[in-house]
Amino acid sequence: MALSASVIKVGDTHHEIVVDNLTRTQIVQYAGASGDYNPIHSDEVFATQVAGYPTVFAHGMLTMGLTAMMVTNFVGDGRLTNYGVRFVRQVWPGDSLTATAEVAGVRTEGAESLVDLTITTVNQNGEPVLTGTATARLDP
Amino acid sequence: MAIERFPVEASHILMFARSVGDPNPIYADEGHAAGTEVGGIIAPPTFAQASAQFDPDYFLRPKPGEVWFGSGKEPTGLKREKKEGESSGSSAGGLHAEQHFTYHRHLRPGDVLTGTVKPGETWEKEGKRSGKLVFSETITEYHDQNGELVITARGVGVRTERVIES
Repeated sequence: MALSASVIKVGDTHHEIVVDNLTRTQIVQYAGASGDYNPIHSDEVFATQVAGYPTVFAHGMLTMGLTAMMVTNFVGDGRLTNYGVRFVRQVWPGDSLTATAEVAGVRTEGAESLVDLTITTVNQNGEPVLTGTATARLDP
Repeated sequence: MAIERFPVEASHILMFARSVGDPNPIYADEGHAAGTEVGGIIAPPTFAQASAQFDPDYFLRPKPGEVWFGSGKEPTGLKREKKEGESSGSSAGGLHAEQHFTYHRHLRPGDVLTGTVKPGETWEKEGKRSGKLVFSETITEYHDQNGELVITARGVGVRTERVIES
């Protein structure tokens, strides 16, 4: 189900908990599906002893994928025309992430109604891990 | 770098959706998807990144007969001299700073894509925690089996002088 331009207004928000207590196994699952096997994300020995991190951490693209679920649940399937993010803080095993979309604008482009969203995903301490924007087609 | 053939397959979409924790049946259930506006299974928004699976030279996938930099008998398969004053055996390395997708349409099982990769801009910044940051942009254009542009992806990578821990 998609959003309608007649109902939505600037300032409306939608948020979801997109992961609760991120597991190392889910990071491995994402490595396998995406094909990004960088050991920094799945190899504790490498991450700590070679790269110097406290433990492994999630792919930025996993956070972007988790956040995308919130966005598509809000705007509907197949409605996105743009989705872009910055990775602003690392995501670690055990983190719980809440993703929020806020309506920044509603506009028409030709015959189409579009919504522009501002996106923020924060961890359990309220620290942003991802910020971004998305644009989606609306129903009239 | 280029991706000559990226076949979009239903089982890969299913696995990818599972890996991002998304139970939406639009990614897995043909019967459900057929009755929706999109009319069939589509791929999740960030799926194009899985093109790495079809890049023969992708450096973050272990390959038979090649040394891998992750751990085995040793913490890393790479043999390299530690430089004077260096804090760890490897540099902090590259991190993903930004990712942007423009969707001309959404991917479906049966699509066969090519990916054309172009270097974008490069710029530098002084970071408080990480020393000098060097950003570089890569633009990948995905075309379908009919030669239509379906997704444009713009990634920004950053290399740091020091490890960033939070």
